[in-house]
Amino acid sequence: MATTTVRSSGVSARGLVKPAFRRPQKRLPYPFGLYQSAVGKKWVMGVTGLMLMGFVLVHMIGNLHMYEGPAKFNEYAEALRTLGGHFIPREWALWGLRAGLLGAVALHIHSAVTLTRINRAARPTRYQASRRYRVANTSSRSMRLTGLVVILYVLFHLADLTWGRIFPDTYIYGDVYNNVVQSLSNVPVAIIYIVANVALAVHLRHGAWSLFQSLGWNNPKFNAARRTFANGFAAIILIGNLSFPIMTLAGVVSQDERTAPCHLLDGEPTDICLGDEAKAQFDPTAVAKEGAKK
Amino acid sequence: MSGSGHGQTMRITLKVWRQDNPSDKGGFQVVDVPGVSPEMSFLEMLDVVNGRLTESGDRPIVFDHDCREGICGSCGVIINGVAHGPERGTATCQLHMRKFSDGDTIAVEPWRAAAFPVIRDLAVDRSAFDRIVEAGGYISAPTGSAIDANMIPIPKPVADASMDAAQCIGCGACVAACPNSAAQLFTSAKLAHLNLMPQGQPERWARTEAMVETMEQFFGSCTNHGECQDACPKEISVDFIAMMNRDYVKSKRKNRQLLSQSI
Ligand code: HEM
Ligand code: FES
Repeated sequence: MATTTVRSSGVSARGLVKPAFRRPQKRLPYPFGLYQSAVGKKWVMGVTGLMLMGFVLVHMIGNLHMYEGPAKFNEYAEALRTLGGHFIPREWALWGLRAGLLGAVALHIHSAVTLTRINRAARPTRYQASRRYRVANTSSRSMRLTGLVVILYVLFHLADLTWGRIFPDTYIYGDVYNNVVQSLSNVPVAIIYIVANVALAVHLRHGAWSLFQSLGWNNPKFNAARRTFANGFAAIILIGNLSFPIMTLAGVVSQDERTAPCHLLDGEPTDICLGDEAKAQFDPTAVAKEGAKK
Repeated sequence: MSGSGHGQTMRITLKVWRQDNPSDKGGFQVVDVPGVSPEMSFLEMLDVVNGRLTESGDRPIVFDHDCREGICGSCGVIINGVAHGPERGTATCQLHMRKFSDGDTIAVEPWRAAAFPVIRDLAVDRSAFDRIVEAGGYISAPTGSAIDANMIPIPKPVADASMDAAQCIGCGACVAACPNSAAQLFTSAKLAHLNLMPQGQPERWARTEAMVETMEQFFGSCTNHGECQDACPKEISVDFIAMMNRDYVKSKRKNRQLLSQSI
């Protein structure tokens, strides 16, 4: 192997190089010690990325219920809350899944941040003439940016549709259909949604290929298919997720299919989730009377 | 210039990195180089420049080289932003000036990585690679008369894969080309070369753990861009990196099991 060493004064025959990164002082027991190495961190990033991909896919497919109208869509949302049936209390299974997701996101971001720091330190002096990349692509070079856009968007998305903080006046707990339509028919929100989902697709175009390498899943039999899988996966997520704001803006998903008023948390009937036609006929006193009759 | 008997020569502008010692700041020197034969190799062009620099009393450009046929791995510089220059699958010594055009400006700078400090001009210290190989890039064989090579049957695909990995000449282009200065391609090739072979099995898991962790003391971490494979003069595949990742995770478990077998 080729190595040049300098034997001038002050420089040892073993070269100029000192380790740039220290080994961990204490090795954690198996399997936690894995996370103390960069290769192990990348493996964790791959596993958590795969978990997040599973979530993103299921989430997208689940949201397709939107096209079946308010009743079916809200029914689906309720089904998520009652996952596990009578065997476990309401929302426990959902919280279990949420905890798993939260853990995955935390590890995914932690590994991304720590590995990025290592990588910056590994080349303290950058190339002084311009560098030319030949195979690294926009996707692979923008993982940190697209990841950041996605996490910021997720926080916004939670504030909007889970916590009801963005449109508190029209947010109705449990009426998922209403909340989605109120939110996505707002053009700035729809734009945020579209930008973030493009970022997610760009992230996945590299990530869904990269994870095979990180996890060591390679085999000459399917290596070529890994790129196809990543592109296909990113495309499916992109098309599915972009259809929601586009279809809402186009009026395909709208409140017009509503016939009954919906109820606010305090039980008062309201017309905010009705289409224009139904709204014109809405008489809160009639509804209240009907309620009293029951 | 002698030997430029056959026709056209080129005139290029060389923008070359000059740095007196490891702690010197360094900078580019622009050299006008007329009379370059397209038949010259890149290193021969540098020889010509050095001859002229010496004649005019300047210090010649320091660069590493030895075999000049792409097998020793000493040469290697960044040429116009690409490790080993624009030609794929070749080392700098195998690059010919005919790949450039008359009037071109060619920027040349050394590999840059924390683990590859510049010694002088274009020469860098690659002994971090030696640290990785020392950590496990060998097999322990009892001495005595060598056994016949054909005594150990090895399936052809395994032998081929191992030979592909063994092509690594340790030039460092993978590190230089990597946006993260990661040495994954080098380390994985050195690992696969032995880990695939029957002779490499007894020390496989110890080797994998030790070499990966030594690598991580010096180099960045892989983000699967694939620039290394593209820059490699031996076109070593990133498939070996996947193999290394798999083996490293497995080595953690295996080495723990092996530990419990000793008393
Ligand atoms: C729904 C959300 C997300 C999904 C589905 C996802 C998926 C993935 C996948 C599959 C990988 C490849 C892992 C590997 O190479 O082993 C990856 C890598 C990565 N992710 Fe994410 N990710 C998501 C969110 C994020 C967020 C929020 C961030 C950061 C703020 C982030 C930052 C990164 C980075 C930096 C990489 C490494 C890229 C590389 O090594 O080139 N990701 N992601
Ligand atoms: S000089 Fe030996 S590989 Fe180029």
